[in-house]
Amino acid sequence: MNRDKLIFERGAPDRRCVAFPAAVDSGTEIPETMRRDVPPGLPEVSELELVRHYTALSQMNFSIDTHFYPLGSCTMKYNPRVHEKAARIPQIAGLHPLSENAQPALQVIWEMEQVLKAVSGMDGFTFQPTAGAQGEFVGISLIAAYHKAQGNAKKVVLIPDSAHGTNPATAAICGYAVQAIKSTERGTVDVEDLKTHLTEDVAGLMLTNPNTFGVFEDEIEDIAALVHDVGGLLYYDGANLNAFLGQCRPGDMGFDVVHINLHKTFTTPHGGGGPGSGPVGVTKALLPFLPLPVVLKEGDTFKLDFDRPESIGKVSSFYGNFGMVIRALVYAKMLGAEGMRRTSEMAVLNANYIAAKLDPHYDRPKNAQPMHEMVFSASRQKRANGITATDIAKRLIDYGVHPPTIYFPLPNVAPETMLIEPTETESLEQVDDFIEAMIQIAKEAEENPDLLTEAPHATPVRRLDEATAARKPILRFKTNNP
Amino acid sequence: MNYTPHTERDIQHMLNVIGIASTDDLFAPVPESLRLNALNLPPGISEMEAMAFVQSLTDQSETPLSFLGGGAYDHFSPSVVDAIISRGEFFTAYTPYQPEVSQGTLRAIFEFQSMICELTNMEVANASMYDGASSLAEAVLMSVRLNNRTRVLLPRSLHPFYRQVIATYVRGIDLELVDIPWSDSGTLDIHALKRELNDNTAAVVVQNPNFLGVLEHLDEIGDLINNTRTAFVACVNPISLSAIRPPGDFGADMVVGDGQPLGLPLSYGGPYVGFFASRDAHVRKMPGRICGQTTDVDGKRGFVLTLQTREQHIRRERATSNICTNQTLCATAATVYLSSVGPQGFREVGELNWHQSHRALQALTALDGVRQKFSGAVFNEFVLETDRKASDVLTALQHRGIEAGIDLGRFYPELENCILTCVTEKRTDADIDRLIDAWRTL
Repeated sequence: MNRDKLIFERGAPDRRCVAFPAAVDSGTEIPETMRRDVPPGLPEVSELELVRHYTALSQMNFSIDTHFYPLGSCTMKYNPRVHEKAARIPQIAGLHPLSENAQPALQVIWEMEQVLKAVSGMDGFTFQPTAGAQGEFVGISLIAAYHKAQGNAKKVVLIPDSAHGTNPATAAICGYAVQAIKSTERGTVDVEDLKTHLTEDVAGLMLTNPNTFGVFEDEIEDIAALVHDVGGLLYYDGANLNAFLGQCRPGDMGFDVVHINLHKTFTTPHGGGGPGSGPVGVTKALLPFLPLPVVLKEGDTFKLDFDRPESIGKVSSFYGNFGMVIRALVYAKMLGAEGMRRTSEMAVLNANYIAAKLDPHYDRPKNAQPMHEMVFSASRQKRANGITATDIAKRLIDYGVHPPTIYFPLPNVAPETMLIEPTETESLEQVDDFIEAMIQIAKEAEENPDLLTEAPHATPVRRLDEATAARKPILRFKTNNP
Repeated sequence: MNYTPHTERDIQHMLNVIGIASTDDLFAPVPESLRLNALNLPPGISEMEAMAFVQSLTDQSETPLSFLGGGAYDHFSPSVVDAIISRGEFFTAYTPYQPEVSQGTLRAIFEFQSMICELTNMEVANASMYDGASSLAEAVLMSVRLNNRTRVLLPRSLHPFYRQVIATYVRGIDLELVDIPWSDSGTLDIHALKRELNDNTAAVVVQNPNFLGVLEHLDEIGDLINNTRTAFVACVNPISLSAIRPPGDFGADMVVGDGQPLGLPLSYGGPYVGFFASRDAHVRKMPGRICGQTTDVDGKRGFVLTLQTREQHIRRERATSNICTNQTLCATAATVYLSSVGPQGFREVGELNWHQSHRALQALTALDGVRQKFSGAVFNEFVLETDRKASDVLTALQHRGIEAGIDLGRFYPELENCILTCVTEKRTDADIDRLIDAWRTL
């Protein structure tokens, strides 16, 4: 089979896969001005052709199931199969969002809310955000609604320079001006720089903790007090919650709003880039503004409450990615309190072990003790042999490892970055194999740099021309359809 | 139960390498004042107990016969759809940042974009959005980027939840949302639309079929907008495009919608998948990830995420949207669905929806005290008006094991006697007979 073909390039005219029973004529016809006479140009393949095609495509992917995937900030841990089974129970998967028979789903959402309250220290959650970025949007909208209700006209959101790009994009969409806060040599928020930005105009500070260097913001209590002193609120980006799940809580640190990525910490599958789920939790003062509806428990029954006059409204067609919430609840129930603590312990253990072993071979720009992930840099290799983070990433593919996140944090914060997050589900042997590959690559960078600059060698395609892709975009397959 | 593979011996070895005494020291950077002694949650359970819990949730409920639609639809999904997306290589991968090891996901996205263009008759589509409502909200924001205007016309017959999502999305900008009423036939009131359309109108939004199930006259609406700088934004049910002409035929600037009907389970409202299509000329203003074709160093065809200078990880606060992760696995499911039905199966689905729903409509309106509320053409959903409050009728049918539709009084006070009923290809003649028989006993 030619593995390069697209599904449109397979099959033949009039070949069929799925067929439906013939319709019984109702005697009513589609009005002529509305009737579609030219069918869409869809593939015409047999079921076997279809299955072979998509199986072949799947085999062109690296995935957690097939490869170690230390993609920093993405928390690529094992996705248990029981979650898939639970979400596919017919009464769950077949439940309509406007059904009056929704008690099972409402109970799932309510129980997961109790779990998230316990691990975060917040007072209530919405499950409507379907991804972390949408969670950020909800969180900052909640902060804006709170300030508006207080009669405060605040205009600025503060964000560390090492933050994920969604943070400033979110603040801007919510109508705020963004001011960047510098990082210290240790990678933490520069409190002195923060102070110079703190005015009555500050609506809030968005913070990831541990931050994107994997370093715990140990001055967080002081930072929270400083921001609260000017009437600002603290937003917690939960991207890195896996680092201290069950060990400490954002609520105790002084955060007012948090989003948690169920697709990271609670291991709902990433799906090649979604669906995710980014529930948002708040302290009591912000509860009235949560998106509608929220789930309430009254006696033994659960209900959706739409009667929330101060709510910011809705961000999802219905109630968010419920299918991810049930997966996360099964995970949380199976882990329990001790399993959660063990999870963060082993995630941080794996990360610190890698840091200790790789420290002699690569520069680590912010040399503080890391939590669940750490940032190495290819700057030493670049100085000596012109080798970049990209080259190391691509060479790792030859060793059967998915590359770490590269060039994040951004080059203006630290050069040639490689953000490595092993997660807790990887064994010592796997972690050792990865370390061995990284050390080998550091050697190759000196002895045979071409091996790196020409990598990867054995993938379905090799390095791709991204510049031409952007300059002369080809964004769809053109069928012969009129 | 947890999923950590570390033995005591592994842990000791690793602690020695790190040079610390215990796992507790791993959390030394966390100030003592913040450390939790215990988490207030129950102890963990086994897989067997977890599955028993999930089963126990559903034991109480009997699955009713459902005629619910209103933005989420019970369509048939061929077995191959779930089989393909259950492959770990698809569902345990992440966003294709490294294209050499993500060609499977990238090709599936490229096929998805191509199929969405085919369905909508548009020139370009993105890699997916969260769901229908957020896609529509993003289209409204994009229209403002295109023409810098501050007024958007929304049909009152737009899905009320979608209306709420748009309102939430535009909270950060100064934008006036104007509601356009429906006509007696249930279509957008074209005279009201003409009156409200002016030089400051960023976009006209049209939903087809609209929330009342009624098909709009896209030709008339297109004629009205097409020679202006106002964006024509259409939100469509993709299954209807099997039988109904797509908005691309009528000059739409953006076509969005929810891909759930294309093989995705109802799953109590999500995960679904938004689709977003537009014109080549607008591509650099589009939100979301986009996959493009290119070649590798050996000249072989390959696929990458492209036009990334629009996006948050490059442009930060100047990005076109903050969207990052989307709904790739759901887009893959829709792609497999469309490949499996093909043009002929897709046409058959459309015909079945049309004829089954119209036969049900005929039988229901033959009942005493049941009328079709709006005279406009419908695809697979319609509004029934009864002599009693819709909520009373629905509750009575609920007791007979049937969810006959949505109480429209919930959204529109003047429609408190009206029910939105949906009949997909999955509702058989026997199902329709059961609904009719039950209704007769009320």
